[in-house]
Amino acid sequence: MIAQILVDGITSGAMIGLGAIGLTLTYGLLRFANFAHGEFATWGAYLALLVAGAIGPADPLGPLTFGWPLLAALAASMVLTALLAAALDGVLFRRLRRHGSAITLVIASFGASLALRSALEFGFGPQPWYYTRDIAMTVRLGPGMRATWDQLAVLGLAIVLMLAMHLLMTRTPLGRAMRAVSENPDLARLAGIDPARIVRVTWLLGGALAASAGVFLGVTVQLRPSMGFELLLPLFAAAILGGIGSVPGAMLGGLIIGIAEAASVPLAGAQYRAAVAFVVMLAMLLVRPSGLFGGRGG
Amino acid sequence: MTALAVRDLVAGYDPALPIVRGVSFDLAGGAILALLGPNGAGKSTLAKAVAGLVTVVSGSIHLRGTPLGDVPAHARLRRGLGFVPQTDNVFAGLTVAENLAIAAAILPRAGRAGRIAAMLTLFPDLAAARRGAAGRLSGGQRQMLAMARALIAAPAVLVLDEPSAGLSPKLVGVVMARLRDIAATGVAVLLVEQNVRAALAIADHALILVEGRVAHAGGGATLRDDPAVAALYLGGRHAA
Repeated sequence: MIAQILVDGITSGAMIGLGAIGLTLTYGLLRFANFAHGEFATWGAYLALLVAGAIGPADPLGPLTFGWPLLAALAASMVLTALLAAALDGVLFRRLRRHGSAITLVIASFGASLALRSALEFGFGPQPWYYTRDIAMTVRLGPGMRATWDQLAVLGLAIVLMLAMHLLMTRTPLGRAMRAVSENPDLARLAGIDPARIVRVTWLLGGALAASAGVFLGVTVQLRPSMGFELLLPLFAAAILGGIGSVPGAMLGGLIIGIAEAASVPLAGAQYRAAVAFVVMLAMLLVRPSGLFGGRGG
Repeated sequence: MTALAVRDLVAGYDPALPIVRGVSFDLAGGAILALLGPNGAGKSTLAKAVAGLVTVVSGSIHLRGTPLGDVPAHARLRRGLGFVPQTDNVFAGLTVAENLAIAAAILPRAGRAGRIAAMLTLFPDLAAARRGAAGRLSGGQRQMLAMARALIAAPAVLVLDEPSAGLSPKLVGVVMARLRDIAATGVAVLLVEQNVRAALAIADHALILVEGRVAHAGGGATLRDDPAVAALYLGGRHAA
């Protein structure tokens, strides 16, 4: 049973980690908690549904339930959601940053979250949607360990995206500049970095990664207008657990939250799954408010 | 040629309550100008206004003959102005090499490695520590890293806000000697200092600010030997 908990937890934790990266970067850079971030995951999932539908049906890839159109749709939805996130900043948050307080930004993000979710409910209805109705085939990974091929594919793609993000943050001038602005915006300006450019890039990256988390959630579970909102608490828990502003922290935090949630199902029941993220987040805030990677950035 | 020209500068955090009130000076390439004065005199505010971090209410700042009025802070390094803040002057969470690479990123790709190597030669202590986190450097090493970061783009003007703050007397001497070396390469140095004796020892010229205005001005040696200045700022004794 423990082995199966690990498989389920790592798969959902990878999705939480992907979503939490954007949240932690936005918080680290702009010092505000964006409650609309979960909606980027939802919009990403639904945009991929639209794009995949527009491409049309294709044979599944090997043992997976989906074919190449969903992979193309994933890429397209990441780009489109990145633009949506940047547009939301340009239209709403950037203006409020100039004149408003931190609490104004948080309340505005609540409003944006409601508006984005309502728009999807209006367009797609409250019922769940699926990328495919095919039955996912499972594979035995070891004693007491099974996973669907879809889960393994999602985990593989999530690991690739996380590694790419880690390399971007540690090996490229853009990543270094993002870490510099997050640590000390004034000094970053003196070092020749344009903070406005870094903020734009952060929204684009955060939106794209949230979209990928949404698509992966859609592949392994289903699409619902509230899926991003329900993901929000685990995202915050992962970001706080890992240390605000830390990309590796968000990844590790996501995995820990995912495993804790998966472990809670057999131990306490599925109805308490969401509460686990909250408990872990509170425990971390009480014991180590700066998080596992707090203060290190990157 | 004048590297930095400041004219009738009025600046402050609140335009209605300016801290710097009508300061003018010229700084030539290769010269060191010390900005001295008591706490609250407006020295750091003036330096930050030159760097673009504080609002200029009126007056002008010209860098190599070009006005800096509308140039944002992040573009001033590219224009040839390096600034070393007094505190939080390195990215503590990044390595020494990353701190240098960040500033070098504004240079053409082909020239970056050469400039970083030049800085590590100028500040040899940094070479040994380049893979470590900047937050673990000693106070003196941090100051050297901050200076190297500001110098990496080969600026025409280097502005430093109290580089001796928190350093031992021995390290203050090292920093001041390094500034003299930097000026000898043709860089104009604007040095904001509380350590009047150390600053006047290396400055070609000095301005003493009081309440945002220039109270005394003159050559470094002249001010050091001025009984009135010595009484006010050097503990009543002439500097050696």
